[in-house]
Amino acid sequence: MSELKSTKVNWFYACETIDVPEDGGVCVKHGTDQIALFNFTRRGEWYATSNMCPHRQQMAISRGMIGSVEDEPKVACPFHKKTFSLKSGACLSGDDYQLKTYPVKIEDGKVYIDVK
Amino acid sequence: MKKVKIVVIGNGMVGYKFCEKLMSKASADQFEVVVFGEEVRPAYDRVHLSEFFAGKTADDLSMAGVDWYLNQGIKLHLGDPVQQIDRSNKTIHSYKGITESYDYIVLATGSAAFVPAIPGVEKNGVFVYRTIEDLEMIRAYAPRAKKGAVIGGGLLGLEAAKAMLDLGITDTHVIEFAPRLMPRQIDEVGSKLLQGKLEALGLTILTNTNTLEIAGEEAITKMKFANDTSIDVDMLVISAGIKPRDEIAKLCGLEVGQRGGIQVNEQLETTDPFIFAIGECALYKGMIYGLIAPGYEMAEVVAANLCGGKKEFTGFDMSTKLKLIGIDVASFGDPFSPASEARVIVYEDTNKGIYKRVNISKDGKELLGGILIGDAEQYNMLLQTCKNKIVLAANPEDLILGSRGGESEGGAGVTGLPDDAMICSCESVSKGDICNAVIDGAETVDKIKSCTKAGTGCGGCVPMVKDLMVHTMKAQGKYVRNVVCEHFAYSRQEIYDLTKIDKLQTYNEVLNKHGKGDGCEICKPVVSSILASLWNGMILQKGNDVAQDSNDRFLANIQKGGTYSVVPRIPGGEITPDKLIVLGQVAKQYNLYTKITGGQRIDLFGAHVSDLPAIWKLLVDAGFETGQAYGKSLRTVKSCVGSTWCRFGLHDSVSFAIEIEERYRGLRSPHKLKSGVSGCIRECAEAQSKDFGIIATEKGWNLYVCGNGGSKPQHAHLIATDIDSATLIKYLDRFLVFYIKTADPLTRTATWLNKMEGGIEYLKNVVVNDSLGIAAELEKEMQALVDAYKCEWKEVVESPELQKRFNHFVNAPQENDPSIQFVEMRDQKKVADWK
Repeated sequence: MSELKSTKVNWFYACETIDVPEDGGVCVKHGTDQIALFNFTRRGEWYATSNMCPHRQQMAISRGMIGSVEDEPKVACPFHKKTFSLKSGACLSGDDYQLKTYPVKIEDGKVYIDVK
Repeated sequence: MKKVKIVVIGNGMVGYKFCEKLMSKASADQFEVVVFGEEVRPAYDRVHLSEFFAGKTADDLSMAGVDWYLNQGIKLHLGDPVQQIDRSNKTIHSYKGITESYDYIVLATGSAAFVPAIPGVEKNGVFVYRTIEDLEMIRAYAPRAKKGAVIGGGLLGLEAAKAMLDLGITDTHVIEFAPRLMPRQIDEVGSKLLQGKLEALGLTILTNTNTLEIAGEEAITKMKFANDTSIDVDMLVISAGIKPRDEIAKLCGLEVGQRGGIQVNEQLETTDPFIFAIGECALYKGMIYGLIAPGYEMAEVVAANLCGGKKEFTGFDMSTKLKLIGIDVASFGDPFSPASEARVIVYEDTNKGIYKRVNISKDGKELLGGILIGDAEQYNMLLQTCKNKIVLAANPEDLILGSRGGESEGGAGVTGLPDDAMICSCESVSKGDICNAVIDGAETVDKIKSCTKAGTGCGGCVPMVKDLMVHTMKAQGKYVRNVVCEHFAYSRQEIYDLTKIDKLQTYNEVLNKHGKGDGCEICKPVVSSILASLWNGMILQKGNDVAQDSNDRFLANIQKGGTYSVVPRIPGGEITPDKLIVLGQVAKQYNLYTKITGGQRIDLFGAHVSDLPAIWKLLVDAGFETGQAYGKSLRTVKSCVGSTWCRFGLHDSVSFAIEIEERYRGLRSPHKLKSGVSGCIRECAEAQSKDFGIIATEKGWNLYVCGNGGSKPQHAHLIATDIDSATLIKYLDRFLVFYIKTADPLTRTATWLNKMEGGIEYLKNVVVNDSLGIAAELEKEMQALVDAYKCEWKEVVESPELQKRFNHFVNAPQENDPSIQFVEMRDQKKVADWK
């Protein structure tokens, strides 16, 4: 039963795909949570992470620049340029921080985030 | 097989380094390691302790977190000093009652501050300078203190004096018992010069001064000296040397020196072969080594020998280089060789405050040692030349003067060093190790640091590591370029030229044509800045908006908490009462904190991102423009009152400042640009500390370039005198476009000039004498940028499409970020502190 629960998904409608700038991000409100959503057009990929940078607890990840290191997609927090993998949420700047990540799916021009 | 159990007593830098070295050498399960530390924090970087006052946190200084010990399987007891060693049963007992058996003990107990027995040392306001806790107490006490003093004019004492200055105690005395400062490292002439420089910074230096009494009721108020003088003081830091922590060794019957220190042999064994001592608690041949590099070497010897190696400690070079309150001080080899035993070459420039001395062997072939004050750039090279006994060239004075023409350099440079030359003495990394790492593919300084550890200690060898890297890569036939990042194999200047030739308009076009991958936070702002410098288009056009640095992306400066600040342009600092009233009204309506900036403008802080367009609508309607305070672009042209009101003014500096500011407003450049115009030589606008500064003369204007304030202030250089306004603007056009075309990213004009071959003379020739024949082109390009100027905020205010990007929540555009918290301070708001 508990196994079933942990694999259950809960797709939350975030916004339309056109609401998110190409190769940029927006912040999605989900209850009291804030989720950073990225439209990585160059790679044809979508990513979602917590909007809070674990370094100084600032709500700013969605305003960060995205890019890649080698082939790993990443986002840089605008405050102190700590970078995080968009795939795993691991901090790529050598610190011991972890950013929460969420699955994203696109259907009929609508963006859904799995907030289980 | 049973694990060998090692108890490490002391968790300072050397104790930590021992653990690190042991773990990297040991096979799995070879050792069981238990560490006891007296302090509550795991080992931290004591060498850079004073940076704690310059803003570094305890975390920043940490050598490795508690997790590291955990992952290595090391048991770490903090805040729990070992109190007893029972050598017959081979056990130790700690303060908190832990008993551990051992096979070996490594004593790394370090040292404590030496406190002379002066009556009154127990009073409030008297501190030592040793641990983070000491510093926290000093910091807590400092706001009450106006007059400070430091006992001790050695390395540590001067560090402590710097800390006092950092804490805002500008009236600080340094009290030294000896006739001069740093008597162990530098000679008399050097001491005198250093003293002069420190006095120029506001410190008062008292040498030959013996403190008799620290007076005051509960807290210190006065210090009385042996020569019947006294000074009023309300805070004192004692930094008169160190005292090895040998109490526990003494207690268990190990031999210690008369003046302290645990006796050790070449293997760092104490008189008990199962107990080692390393670092500042160890006494080797009558000497305590109070520097980090020998401590690390001792750690290396013990770790290697425990793993079956055969290493010996046979003394260590006490050469040292440091920055004291921004002044380079270095001494190496034998700095004091008398003239009877050596040829001494001295270079002294009292104007610039530089003193250099090298001692050369009588036959002129070998460098014995020396001293550098005020400029220690040659330190690493000289140290290596000295240590490796490299045969000197015919003109040994070139060692400190640099080559002055002729065919050969004074030393052979890094190439002349043998492969076993020690480049990083903190981590014992040789030239061969570094070159091999480069050959194996470590082609950035960061990569070399992570695979060899070179440069990770004091950092003093990093310039040499870089030279070696460049040299090794060149030797392999690789073209070394100052490339922007992994996505572009070009320098900024090359990207600028390519973008211009191909007339590229967006970040993606530039990346597709000349780069690879998906870009990053380094190349995006560089390319965006180049695009703006070339075409001066709207930076938030689709595609380019997401390639802007975050401040440019929202046309405002992001502040703590995630709000933004708003800075309208106030050219030359001149503003009408009506406009002032509008600023006040807007600030009131949106509850913004207001402050006058250093550039004669008014900054409104604490705006929610979604309020920015509405705030700017009000400002634009009232005739304001954006001030580009968020951009790497022209900030302000500061002005003095000028001849319209000032009785000294020669010309109308305000009108000219406004003209200059309006000409170059919005000009995007590799870094920010600041300017000033002064109406006379009294220089009230501080124009000589600006990227370009203008000062009125009887006959016209003087133009200065490439100055800056900031962390490393530099005066601007005069490149033209008594010129008229039109000529001055022509020169400025040329200067600015030349800078934009050729500077590396995030390089201020001062740094750009410092790196320029030929220096100010070359720049002057290009700008004033048109030595490259490009002046007309540069002026034309600037005119095109001036003509294309538009206020970015006016464009946003007029475009509902652009305004859509200024929301916090995409799915709740009318809501602000609820996590933003304000608190009240002096009748205004401020954001809650960092967590």
